[in-house]
Amino acid sequence: MTQIPDQNGRFGKFGGRYVPETLMNALLELEEAYLHYSKDPAFQDEVRYLLHKYSGRPTSLYYAERLSKHLGGAKVYLKREDLNHTGAHKINNTIGQGVLAKRMGKTKIIAETGAGQHGVASATIAALLGLECKVFMGEEVMKRQQLNVFRMQLLGSEVVPVVSGTRTLKDACNETLRYWVSHVDDTYYILGSVTGPHPYPMMVRDFQRIIGDEARKQILEEEGKLPDYVVAAVGGGSNAMGIFHPFVADEGVKLLGVEAAGRGVDTTLHAATMTKGRHGVFQGSMSYVLQDDHGQVQPAHSISAGLDYPGIGPEHAYLKDSGRAEYVPITDAEALEALQLLSRTEGIIPALESAHAIAQTMKLAPTLGKDQVVVVSLSGRGDKDVEAIMNYLGGDKHESH
Amino acid sequence: MNLIDTAFARLKEEGRTALIPFLTMGDPDLKTSVEIIKRLEQAGADMIELGVPYSDPLADGPVIQRASERALTNSITIGDCIQVAEQARGEGVKIPFILFTYYNPVYQYGLDAFFELVRSKGISGLIIPDLPIEEDEDVRQLAEASGVHLIPLVAPTSKDRVVRISGKARGFVYCVSSLGVTGVRADFHTGIDEFLATVRGATDLPIAVGFGISSREQVERFSKQCDGVVVGSAIVRTIEEAIPLLKDAGKREEGLKLIGDFVAKLRG
Repeated sequence: MTQIPDQNGRFGKFGGRYVPETLMNALLELEEAYLHYSKDPAFQDEVRYLLHKYSGRPTSLYYAERLSKHLGGAKVYLKREDLNHTGAHKINNTIGQGVLAKRMGKTKIIAETGAGQHGVASATIAALLGLECKVFMGEEVMKRQQLNVFRMQLLGSEVVPVVSGTRTLKDACNETLRYWVSHVDDTYYILGSVTGPHPYPMMVRDFQRIIGDEARKQILEEEGKLPDYVVAAVGGGSNAMGIFHPFVADEGVKLLGVEAAGRGVDTTLHAATMTKGRHGVFQGSMSYVLQDDHGQVQPAHSISAGLDYPGIGPEHAYLKDSGRAEYVPITDAEALEALQLLSRTEGIIPALESAHAIAQTMKLAPTLGKDQVVVVSLSGRGDKDVEAIMNYLGGDKHESH
Repeated sequence: MNLIDTAFARLKEEGRTALIPFLTMGDPDLKTSVEIIKRLEQAGADMIELGVPYSDPLADGPVIQRASERALTNSITIGDCIQVAEQARGEGVKIPFILFTYYNPVYQYGLDAFFELVRSKGISGLIIPDLPIEEDEDVRQLAEASGVHLIPLVAPTSKDRVVRISGKARGFVYCVSSLGVTGVRADFHTGIDEFLATVRGATDLPIAVGFGISSREQVERFSKQCDGVVVGSAIVRTIEEAIPLLKDAGKREEGLKLIGDFVAKLRG
């Protein structure tokens, strides 16, 4: 496969930079700085040091023996991104971009957040590097994720409620971009996924590919061969792109992205961008988009606030249309069931996002032989979701909100 | 000849600056948009920007966001917005129409079909705020072939891009007055005068300024340096305030007058 993206940030027809002119110079500056520092050994050393000593990498590739036996098929390995500092893969990217922001001489950072994981990871790195931080979060999600809101405040960040549009992740992204337009001089935007205008999809992928680089090496050590499948949940798609990327050239490894089907792909309440969306331009890049016939972006729904997004990273669109990766939907109910199964068989409570990948594995593993191997990205831990899960499962008769 | 060129040529002879109001189509409904366009012309507008409502208007502040949301509750499409132009023209409006739209509705319509429609319905210019020169090749070629002006935005942060952007411009060059989104503001970018002079030096086309201009004083301030002044959010806000009147058959005229008077005051 040739070098992607190309110099215009294109993955085939996808990607690009569809942003107001007011942002173009900031993006060009960012691209230049990233290309410069990504070749700078001192920069790379600092990022590696923080990933290792601060976040605790490498994360383990854990053979989920009881889950595998329960499913009765392939051996299932979990790439334990939940063991990172702050409890999810998001920190891989915020360490990279935080160090970059500092090298670029920026004193303030801003970030959007869906479930709050990227917001917490950004607030964390801001505290560590002494940067001022504002996190934009949909007002709706703030209610669902009060603990993460408080966590960010404890870390010294300001959480800005977003009241425009659908008041979820999509509009938090819009508001962050609007704020950035007005403050490009001293502010760095840490975008949290492989979405948005070039160079973000490329840069975030590069910072997240450590998931796949480690997993590939670890599975070769454990099994002496590459896996048959790599499975990961996709909202914007950063953990999936991170674990997929180092396997893209390994043609025998099937890549399976799992998107949120919410109440079902035949209802209007889902976030199944690949299954139900079409090519379009949204938040800075050409990709798949959930939209109506006239190009208006549709609100997404998922039990998982992190997957509740009507777009997806352009490189995923490229992998789908080239046939290299496949994308399948998992409903809220299936994800909840998977969350409980993993909790009970392995003693691991996954994030609702990651539970979608587990749910697909529940379908997939029994169809495979005992000599086959599935690697699943366990992108985050479920602590942040416990209260929401309690409400969904009816454990709380007195709803607190 | 494109109506935008004719209008600027005439204004130059008269020694006047173009007043270019913006309104969101379908806010509060399509029929009222046609009425408002007629009032704006009567009040002295020289061209009109017809805003296509969009679900994710990245370049817009809260006032135009709200107008978009109101219009979208009426399921207004890009096709509807272009029909408004045709209808207004049919009812005697003479001034040029500039369609202001984000790219995705255009892309979903299909580029060939879109330009066929735009050309046949008498739209003279097109502004697509999320289509920088790096991405506009296909659109620019089709616009050129259709005789529709693709009007680019330049910003105080554009720096050395100003020359490249102006070189590809048609109709006029739209200068963004300040960093940030659309919306009323008291202060403009500190380097605004220098920026406008840079753009002036980079093109023979007329230059217009917009984003945040809301009063007669501000229109006057920029009339000295620019060939056109765009007023958006301030008009959209006036329309928003007039909605209760516009929706009341007995007070509709009063609402339209409120909007017309505001623009007449900007004209001076």
